[in-house]
Amino acid sequence: MAKDTCGCGERCVSPLYEELDAFIAARPRGRDALIPVLHKAQALFGYLPAEVQSHVARALDLPVSDVYGVVTFYHYFTMTPRGRHTVNVCLGTACYVRGAKKVVEALCAALKIDMGGTTADRRFSLTSQRCFGACGLAPVIMINGDVHGRVTSKKIAGLLARYT
Amino acid sequence: MAIKLMIDQQTIEVPEGTNVLDAAAAAGVKIPTLCHLPGVTSPGSCRVCLVEIEGARTLQPACVTPVTEGMKVHTLTKRVRMGRRMSVELLLANHPWDCNACVRNGTCELQALAKNLGITDVRFPYSRAEVPVDTSTPAVVRDMNKCILCRRCVAVCQNVQGVGSLSPRSRGFDTMIGAGAGENLCDAVCVQCGQCTAVCPVGALYEQDAIEDVWRALEDPKKHVVVQTAPAIRAALGECFGLEPGACVTGKMVSALRRLGFDKVFDTNFTADLTIIEEGHELLGRLKAALVDKTPVTLPMFTSCSPGWINFMEYFYPSLLPHLSSCKSPQQMFGALAKTYYAQKEGIDPASIVVVSVMPCTAKKFEAERGEMNDSGFKDVDYVLTTRELGRMIQEAGVDFLSLPDEEQDSPMGMSSGAADIFANTGGVMEAALRTVYEVVTGRELPTKKLHVQPIQGLEGVKEAALTFENCLPDWAFLNGVTAKVAVAHGLSNARKVCDLIVAGKADYHFIEVMCCPGGCIGGGGQPRMTTDSVRRARIQAVYKEDEGRPMRKSHVNPAITEIYKEFLGSPLGKKSHHLLHTHYQPRGQAPEPAKPAKKKASRKKAQA
Repeated sequence: MAKDTCGCGERCVSPLYEELDAFIAARPRGRDALIPVLHKAQALFGYLPAEVQSHVARALDLPVSDVYGVVTFYHYFTMTPRGRHTVNVCLGTACYVRGAKKVVEALCAALKIDMGGTTADRRFSLTSQRCFGACGLAPVIMINGDVHGRVTSKKIAGLLARYT
Repeated sequence: MAIKLMIDQQTIEVPEGTNVLDAAAAAGVKIPTLCHLPGVTSPGSCRVCLVEIEGARTLQPACVTPVTEGMKVHTLTKRVRMGRRMSVELLLANHPWDCNACVRNGTCELQALAKNLGITDVRFPYSRAEVPVDTSTPAVVRDMNKCILCRRCVAVCQNVQGVGSLSPRSRGFDTMIGAGAGENLCDAVCVQCGQCTAVCPVGALYEQDAIEDVWRALEDPKKHVVVQTAPAIRAALGECFGLEPGACVTGKMVSALRRLGFDKVFDTNFTADLTIIEEGHELLGRLKAALVDKTPVTLPMFTSCSPGWINFMEYFYPSLLPHLSSCKSPQQMFGALAKTYYAQKEGIDPASIVVVSVMPCTAKKFEAERGEMNDSGFKDVDYVLTTRELGRMIQEAGVDFLSLPDEEQDSPMGMSSGAADIFANTGGVMEAALRTVYEVVTGRELPTKKLHVQPIQGLEGVKEAALTFENCLPDWAFLNGVTAKVAVAHGLSNARKVCDLIVAGKADYHFIEVMCCPGGCIGGGGQPRMTTDSVRRARIQAVYKEDEGRPMRKSHVNPAITEIYKEFLGSPLGKKSHHLLHTHYQPRGQAPEPAKPAKKKASRKKAQA
């Protein structure tokens, strides 16, 4: 089991599968364990590639169609690898009226990806959320854990440059 | 405890735990349903069975609402009528309106509901993104554009068959029923049993259609087209023409096939009898090896007639493959013999022979396409039709089925015994085998009432029986006092239980019959819809009646079988048999890896109908 079945050569190396298997072994098999196991797997691998889903299906004795169904149902689970840095744009009402849409357009243009995508060099992923609770700073973006307020399209290049 | 409630002014008493739908049925009130599949699933998702319950704020789905003491249910109020209509209108807003060009035209449950609920106008525009139709397997077509997400197929695939090929994926408007974790069914672990096609209420899941191929062969004067019909067809074909389940239409079926233009109307029953001879000798050979020669031999032995079951073993229990009888299924034995034995006997060039099967089964389509099924030097079985497809061909031909005279099959491959008839239902292959094996070993007829083996009849999931051999003939003296233990399973989740027993070393059976579909072939994935347990029982009863009415009830007394061994095959398990009638199996390994990350689908655009 413990081998680089993913073949991406980056993160999916054996210790991660070993850790995942240990996590699975500590709880009863079957459907009830699926969501906690997928959370663990995504925490370990950063995303849920097909190989990891098959691995989970085999380990929990579930049809792979079921695992895939759950992964595609919840927005939290992702099948595309995440970048090293996550740029999260607030699309709540306050940010929206203060120009969040233009910020998104500028980010997409700067990163050359769509919302939800990851750059080819895996440096950045772009996501959005409905409200960060920082409306006074609207429009707001969050890069990893850092909140940046009053963002304009002109500021974006400078902000991104801080994250390598 | 009994619960008293009122349904439309009627007071009735039903047991605690009954749902409103069944309570209403008990009161003679029929509530329309769609996603509800009796005995299998009741997801309560379609909202068609809405009723008004006094005290409840909203309309309630009858199929998942349990009755309570003093409940007052109204099934015919304006609110109920409008609510049900709205539910169906919303389904129609997400379902193509090309009913006239749909495979389910006339048999569609959504179409029938729209008619019965008086829907003449849909207030919501048709809106749906198109997805490609999945024709990747030889057996099952998936047109997810027509799917109404009732999840019957998911319940059958996961709970009844224990395969789990189908699951819902994504959410909201993007929800669809997916196969495995990829795009197409061919990439998923699917045994091709077609149970999903048998329960689909609309035209989203159906068999790969071979009708045009068969017409083309029939219209080609250079082809000699022979047809074989599976034992289970005759107990169900009548349903395509409005007959009640349980009507046996063997004679009319033969007439109809002649009218369609088949050159010879033969019978899979003939090779069912042959299967009993070959498989029976294989079993006795394994028993002799185990008891006398003390050589390593694999027991228990499984029957191998059901191609969905074979696929299941190849996917899920590859380590148990040596337990399978090496006998081909009767369909494939027939194909191999039609293009060798029959061709020789009649002096017909086998290259010009086209073998058409009519099967209750979609997995038979897959089986006919298997690479190893060409031992005659040609593709042994050219085309496979389901019972439903044959019904459609007869309709297209304008044959008035119900007024046809009864005719008989052609010889030599049309003659069969009652033992072959019962191949159609769960327990039947085992009973047929025991009739012959017992007589071969002891020289006496099976000492049971009407030759039936009562413990393995009926619809219980796993059935067992034991039979002790006494006063055996000299050749089989080693079986004196030996008690043969047999088991019968139908529906793959029941088969799984038996397989797990063997893996755990807890099974002491000698011989196990497995049929992939619940009830056996009479409940196959290619049979007329809908197959409920009461329909299964009616068809099984028809099959046993056919068997009991036969002058020949045992495979080994069939003179056509004696003749084929004398003229062509030599002896059971002989060299020719081995070449033409036996096969081997391949482990398939588990689930193929999911193909690739989900492509982001373009969000649904509104399309005007």
